[in-house]
Amino acid sequence: MNDQELHELAEKQAALGEVRGTPARDPVNAPMIRHWLDAMGDENPAYLEKGVAPPAMAQVWTMPGVRRSAKDRSPVDDMIAALDASGYTGVVATNCEQTYHRYARIGERLTPATRFTDLAGPKRTALGVGFFATWTVTWYGEDEEPVAEMLFRVLKFRPRTRESSSSTTGQAAAGEGQAAAYPLQPAINQDTAFFWEGVKQGELRIQTCADCGELRHPPGPLCPRCRSVNRGHMVASGQGTLYSYVVHHHPPVPGRETPFVVGVVELPEGVRIVGNVVDCPIEEVAVGMPLRVTYRRMDDQLVLPMWTPGEA
Amino acid sequence: MEIGAALPELSIDLTPTVVVSTALATMDFTPVHHDVEMARGQGSKDIFLNILTTMGLVERYVTDWAGPEAVIERIAVKLGVPAYAGDRLCFNGTVVAREDGRLTVEVRGKVSLGDHATGTVTLMEEGERR
Ligand SMILES: [Zn+2]
Repeated sequence: MNDQELHELAEKQAALGEVRGTPARDPVNAPMIRHWLDAMGDENPAYLEKGVAPPAMAQVWTMPGVRRSAKDRSPVDDMIAALDASGYTGVVATNCEQTYHRYARIGERLTPATRFTDLAGPKRTALGVGFFATWTVTWYGEDEEPVAEMLFRVLKFRPRTRESSSSTTGQAAAGEGQAAAYPLQPAINQDTAFFWEGVKQGELRIQTCADCGELRHPPGPLCPRCRSVNRGHMVASGQGTLYSYVVHHHPPVPGRETPFVVGVVELPEGVRIVGNVVDCPIEEVAVGMPLRVTYRRMDDQLVLPMWTPGEA
Repeated sequence: MEIGAALPELSIDLTPTVVVSTALATMDFTPVHHDVEMARGQGSKDIFLNILTTMGLVERYVTDWAGPEAVIERIAVKLGVPAYAGDRLCFNGTVVAREDGRLTVEVRGKVSLGDHATGTVTLMEEGERR
């Protein structure tokens, strides 16, 4: 389906209104509540004492179980299937909002009802181009009054084509059908490969001297303290403070929107590292501010470590 | 429970047992929450927490602090990076509104990759569950 046809289907699904599902297999019951509290580490005695379920269990009562074929068909399913068929096969949940009108009581059986509410897109996102699909589920008690409601939103995105061979050269080929490579690729070589491999796994790796233990960044072939060529690395905590920064306004940088902040971040481990400061209004960027590392995907191959405001 | 008051931090060690036991207690049998090979095959680093558990832990975090008489009215969460087995999930919270016994608490659950869940919880300090 093209974008317009997807929106037409979304309107059709929304027009179906609220579609009732099968009532929960079991009434709200103490064993499942006890099991849930135990797994969550929740020691609140009030639920079992008062004969009610933790409100965040609302969805648990109507989950489909191990054999999912018995699952109800809801207005959401056709929409998701159409997005899949149109190439938007990736999925990631973005929002979950639950409102509890009252706590469900032990002994009552809940019935779910699903309403497809909205399709927004296509939008460019960090994961790729995609649609945001939103629906709501309402759980009704036996008195036909709603007990709880949930808004749920997912991003269905078109995964970027991966290169067939994974190279560590960082030269992502922008062939046909592939997302354009981020134009500013780091120079990845024998000395720095460990760092970029770490970033892909969500680790901020700092080179260490295997002989004297000295940390060094950026990585290099020789220990500046003892001249040893033996090296290793450690994983930094990901915390840091802003040591210095510049705001880049001009000239334009390919692949980036100006202005952006380039910071020198001091790590508690004892080295400094250069990186962008993001998720922070430029006027609030200040020397000494606590930061923590975050990882941003720039293209199919490249993930860059960046810094966002965080607790010290 | 004044505006600006900080909730005590809660740090949860996400052992595979925690990830698997909560997935099963929430009746979520999707393989990425209990099958490491399947999770890795789909591009994940490891098995990870399911969303029903994220909601449950946010609820627990706030009621641990607010006490057994509190009544939760709403939990609204923006979902971020996955919370993988082997990581730690660290909750922070702040009271941001208070009116007629109704509190709004801003909650942030962080893992090593960044924010796993951020949002608000609305509760009555002492209410009837009806
Ligand atoms: Zn050395």
